[in-house]
Amino acid sequence: MAVQALDAARLPIDWQRLALPVALIAVAYGLIPAYASSYLVEAILLPFLALSLAAVGLNLLTGYCGQLSLGSSAFMAVGAFAAYNFNLRVEGLPLAATMILAGISAAGIGVVFGLPSLRLRGFYLAVSTLAAQFFVQWALTKFGWFSNDNPSGVISAPHLAVAGFSLDRATGRYLLSVTTVIVLTALVWRLVNSATGRNFIAVRDNETAARVIGVPVLKTKLLAFAISSFIIGVAGVLWAFTYLRTVEPAGFNLDRSFQILFIIIIGGLASIRGAFLGAAFIVIFPLILSRLGAFLFGGLFDSGVLDMSQRIVLGALIIIFLIAEPNGLSALFDRLKRRIGSRSS
Amino acid sequence: MIGASLGAAAYERAPEISGILAGAGPVEDTRPARLSAKADAILALGGISISFGGVTALRDVDLEVKSREIRAVIGPNGAGKSSLINIISGLYHADQGKIAIDSQSFSRVSASRLARLGVARTFQNLALFGGLSVRDNIASGRVHTRRASFVEHIAGLPRARREDAAIAEKVDQTIAFLHLEAVADRLVATLPYGLQKRVELARALVAEPKILLLDEPMAGMTATEKAEMAGFVRAARDRHDVTIILIEHDIGVVMGLSDRVAVLDYGRKIADGTPAEVRANPAVIRAYIGTAEGEHGEGI
Ligand SMILES: Nc1ncnc2c1ncn2[C@@H]1O[C@H](COP(=O)(O)OP(=O)(O)OP(=O)(O)O)[C@@H](O)[C@H]1O
Ligand SMILES: [Mg+2]
Repeated sequence: MAVQALDAARLPIDWQRLALPVALIAVAYGLIPAYASSYLVEAILLPFLALSLAAVGLNLLTGYCGQLSLGSSAFMAVGAFAAYNFNLRVEGLPLAATMILAGISAAGIGVVFGLPSLRLRGFYLAVSTLAAQFFVQWALTKFGWFSNDNPSGVISAPHLAVAGFSLDRATGRYLLSVTTVIVLTALVWRLVNSATGRNFIAVRDNETAARVIGVPVLKTKLLAFAISSFIIGVAGVLWAFTYLRTVEPAGFNLDRSFQILFIIIIGGLASIRGAFLGAAFIVIFPLILSRLGAFLFGGLFDSGVLDMSQRIVLGALIIIFLIAEPNGLSALFDRLKRRIGSRSS
Repeated sequence: MIGASLGAAAYERAPEISGILAGAGPVEDTRPARLSAKADAILALGGISISFGGVTALRDVDLEVKSREIRAVIGPNGAGKSSLINIISGLYHADQGKIAIDSQSFSRVSASRLARLGVARTFQNLALFGGLSVRDNIASGRVHTRRASFVEHIAGLPRARREDAAIAEKVDQTIAFLHLEAVADRLVATLPYGLQKRVELARALVAEPKILLLDEPMAGMTATEKAEMAGFVRAARDRHDVTIILIEHDIGVVMGLSDRVAVLDYGRKIADGTPAEVRANPAVIRAYIGTAEGEHGEGI
């Protein structure tokens, strides 16, 4: 927080700050493609990456700009279906262009459903974003055109290729996903540390004061909806194309919207790192819980019990986080780092 | 320099402003040179009324403020002082009446437009951006000068960098002016109340406003902090050529700091003049004795 965007502009390279991201990128492109099992990639990394990106997008809107949204899953669906249709209907469209167009489609829908934010706040806004959730799911189910009149409504994702290289295998999809996430996250990082990002925070912290000093409040809110939905839309493409390998409206239901909201609450609002920590938690937590349950209760711990205990524990955790650590895992992480730092020095 | 050019502009439009001032309040500015007083009026309110439901917060209030003046507005709680400032800063829209700023007259104008016209303000209750550092809070005061789009910001294109650099320079100057160097990189929410008030003044001053509206900038401060703040307010006027409207309950501060004082009571202006005139005005004494003396009485 102390590092200023202005300083960053003067000193483009701050190695200390870049050390961790550089290490992570080395792991992402070196270790993981070389050594990770396909289970790790398919069951953990791919959902983790897509959810992280969606959470980065939602955090921009909710964490930074203070506009509560329950429509994330709808914007993911718009992204996924738009990508499917652009790919299907535009001959030879490169994958990157497909993804950008999908993001733009989601941004357009996001702006439309962001319009109520000009009038509504907090809880009321959240309820109005539910409209996006129900409308999008309804439209995608109702109009067969979106799923190319496929009778089941479940369509398989297209082949993925960049410049002739097929990305259909696990490693290829992983590389596509991780690259997309890194690029978009870097752009978001630039954004939140810029004057635009500070406008988001100003609108969140005190809308009246923001208006008085000349922040274009309406434009800022709609911009937050647009950029956030763009990113969530691309996350939807990753979710459908690289993780599920199918595109279907049912996968983008209200549960998913809540899941992404929980990710940013657990990870930490207004923190990019928090989106990743929260997503990692949400993906890994059920796996740990099922192992633990099976270990403790053996056969009694079936999938129904797992599902229920997962909901209970998650609900409790969210309440605990909201009360005890509203800044989420990201703040816990910072505290841990400081403690280790002070011990070693 | 600003004062001179504004004076000239206002002079050209003098008939309009004097028209607004036609229905002057109960206590007249009795000096003979009325016309020249109006010629350097930078702000004029004429016949302003506003009510909320059944409560009339302001009733037919006139106020004329001269360039580079420190103009105090005082009155008991609920007298309508904040409402007046909210109208001047575009947060409230008057039910009746007109505002003339410089040479332009409006009955309704948006807050963002006023920011561009050179009106800045602080709030009675702190209105800072708690999630931003002191420096970023102050920098936000110049947001109305920015033109670069978010794409330029993300890409770090020349215009965005130029704007950032220009604003950083102004922010540094303001930080030095208000002695905020030591806390410049702290999150504003972690500062003590008195310093937060000062950051809010900094955020308003960095905009280099023509008109600065201060709603109880010293409320809740210790005596030392008040004296310090009064010093900053005076220095802001002297060095930055800004016209100041000051709402303050501490009569001692008001009398020492302001050039002219307007007194509101139940939404009406009951007196207007120099501190000495206002202090001697029987209506003012009645209004203040009629309310809890202790609350406002220090030093009257
Ligand atoms: N937004 C609003 N909605 C309803 N009533 C309001 C509003 N703003 C002001 N009022 C009412 O208008 C009257 C004047 O309020 P105002 O805040 O202008 O007084 P004030 O002189 O600033 O008082 P104080 O010294 O307590 O700050 C009060 O009765 C107040 O309740
Ligand atoms: Mg007030």
